[in-house]
Amino acid sequence: MVMEKTMGNTPVIEITDLNKWYGNFHVLKNINLRVYSGEVIVICGPSGSGKSTLIRCINRIEEHQAGTIRVKGMELTNRMKNIAGIRREVGMVFQQFDLFPHLTILENLTLAPCWVRKMSKKKAESLAMEHLDRVQLRDQALKYPGQLSGGQQQRVAIARALCMNPEILLFDEPTSALDPEMIKEVLDVIQQLAGEGITMICVTHEMGFARKVADRVIFMDTGEIVEENDPETFFTHPQWDRTEAFLSQIL
Amino acid sequence: METATLTPLGLKTFVPRPDKAPPLVASGIIGWMRINLFNTSFNSVLTVLALAFLCKVLPPLVSWAFLDASWLTPSPEHEGACWAFIVNKFRVLMVGLYPGEQLWRPMAVAVIMGILSVVTVARKLSTRLLILLWYTLPVGLFFIINGGFGLPKVEQSLWGGLMLSMGLAVIGILLSLPFGILLALGRRSRLAVVRTLCTGIIECVRGVPLITILFMASVMLPIFLPQGVNINNLLRVQIGMILFSSAYIAEVVRGGLQAIPVGQFEAAGSLGLKPWQTTVFVVLPQALRHVVPSLIGRCVALFKDTSLVIIVGLLDFLGMVKASSQDPKWLGYDAEAYVFCAFVYWIICFSMSRYGQSIERRNQW
Repeated sequence: MVMEKTMGNTPVIEITDLNKWYGNFHVLKNINLRVYSGEVIVICGPSGSGKSTLIRCINRIEEHQAGTIRVKGMELTNRMKNIAGIRREVGMVFQQFDLFPHLTILENLTLAPCWVRKMSKKKAESLAMEHLDRVQLRDQALKYPGQLSGGQQQRVAIARALCMNPEILLFDEPTSALDPEMIKEVLDVIQQLAGEGITMICVTHEMGFARKVADRVIFMDTGEIVEENDPETFFTHPQWDRTEAFLSQIL
Repeated sequence: METATLTPLGLKTFVPRPDKAPPLVASGIIGWMRINLFNTSFNSVLTVLALAFLCKVLPPLVSWAFLDASWLTPSPEHEGACWAFIVNKFRVLMVGLYPGEQLWRPMAVAVIMGILSVVTVARKLSTRLLILLWYTLPVGLFFIINGGFGLPKVEQSLWGGLMLSMGLAVIGILLSLPFGILLALGRRSRLAVVRTLCTGIIECVRGVPLITILFMASVMLPIFLPQGVNINNLLRVQIGMILFSSAYIAEVVRGGLQAIPVGQFEAAGSLGLKPWQTTVFVVLPQALRHVVPSLIGRCVALFKDTSLVIIVGLLDFLGMVKASSQDPKWLGYDAEAYVFCAFVYWIICFSMSRYGQSIERRNQW
C-alpha cells in the first residue's frame, strides 16, 4: 500500500533535516519526512515528543530554525507570500477546535473562502452547506459554536478546513478534548475523508484508528522520529524497544 | 425501573424517569422579601435600619422637591424648592448664549440626535448602518450648530450649556474609540517602533491628570504652534479630551485583546487569513465584546469629564449651572441648580449604563 502511493510521485511534503529549539530546549531533532499525495500518516508518541510541534511547523504556526520544509515544492521561509501560499494548500484541525465563538457555524465556514479565496458570499455559503452535509451538520448552520457538543464542534472545524479546499489536512490530536462518546463520530468523518484521497497527517493516540486508516505510522520520542512503518508491521513487529514500550503502555 | 422488560438478548431495558417539577420555592412579594430581605438575622437588622433611614430622609426630601415646591413662578414664601429658577434659566442651561433667533438649530440637532439614539437602542437598523450614521450625521449637525452652507455663523464663544457638554462628549466618544483601538493594537504590534510609540503615548497621557492636559491644550499649545496657525480653544480642548480618553480606552481594549486565546490566532492563520483580517474579523469583535462594561464606563467617564472644561473658560452645562446660580437677580437657588444639574447628569449616564447592559445581554453567544 505504501509502495502504490509513493512510486514515481514527487512528495507533497518534503521535510529535510528539520531542527527546532524552544530557547535551549531541542524540540525537533533532524526530522526527515516525505509525504506523498493521498497518503494518510498517523504520528504517535508520548506527550512532549514533538509530534504536535512537527505538524505545526508544516503550516508555519511554529517557526523552525534549521532544515527545510517544502510543501508542493514551495519552501517555507519568512516570506509572507510563501507562507500564505502554503496555508492555502494546508488545512488544520486543532485539539481545542478553535472555532470563532462570535460567528455562527455558517459564518465560521465562509469567512476564509470569502476573504482568502475572494469567493462571493453566495458561493461560499453553498460550498459551506455542502461541507456541512459531509459532516452531517447541515441543520446546525445558524447556531453558534457554544450551542454545539464537542464532537459537533470538531466536525464543524473539519468542515471549516475543507471549505478552503486544501490538498493536505493536518490534525493535531483531534479527539483528545472530546468525551469518549463523541470520539467515534469525529474519527468516522476523518476516516471518510481518508477514503476520498486527501493527504492527511494526524497526530493522535487513537491506535485503533491508526491501524484502520493509516498508510504509515510514525512514532516519535524526544524530538526524533524513532520508527516509521506500515501499521500492520508497526503494531505487530515494532523494530525498536522504545516503540514496544510505548505500545505496551497504551494498548 | 422495578418492572423492567427484557430485550431479546436478556438485557433489561433502561427507561429514563420522567422529569418532575422542581420543589416549590416561596413566590410572590412575601416570598421575595423572605429570601432577599429577611433571610438571615443580620440581613433583617440591615433591612430594618435601611427602612428607618429612608423614613427619616425621604419625607423631607419629597416635600422639598415636590409638595412644597413652586414650579413656574417664584414665590419667596415657599419653603420648598423653587423650580421656577430652572424654568427661567432653562435656555442658557441648555444652549448657553446661543442667539435666541437661531434656537431652532440646536433644537433640530437635539431632535435628530434623539431619534438616532432611540433607533440605536431599539436596534431598528443593522449595526453597520448605525455605525455609518453615528460617524456621518454628527458632521452635518456640527455645521447646523456652527453655521455655513447658507446658515449664519454662530461664534463658538457663544456655545455653552448642555449642548456643549453633549457635543464634546459625543465627538469625544466617537473619535476616541477608534483611536483607542488603534493605540491598543499598536501596543501589541510586532514592529518595535509602532509598539514603543503607542506605549509611549498611552503611558504619557495616562500619567497626567485631565485638567493638566486641558490646561496644556488651552495655554501651552498656542505657544508651540507656528506663527499664524490658530486653532480655536474649543477644538484644542476637544483634542485634549480625545487624547486622554483614547489612552484609557486603549488600555481597556488591550485587556480584551489579551483575553483572546492564542488558538484563535492560529486557527485564523491556518485558514490563510492575513494578520489584519484576523484582527478585524476574529480578534477585535471578540475582544470588544469582552470589554463592553469597561468601555461604557469610559464613555460615562468622558461625558462627566466634560465638566472640567470650565477651568479653561468654556461654559458647559455645569459651568452654566454655576454661572446661573450667581446671577444677582436669582441669588440663593444653588440647591435647585445643583440638584437639577446632578439629575440631568444622572439621567444621561444611567441611560448609557443601561444601554451597555443591554449590549452585554445580547452578546451572550
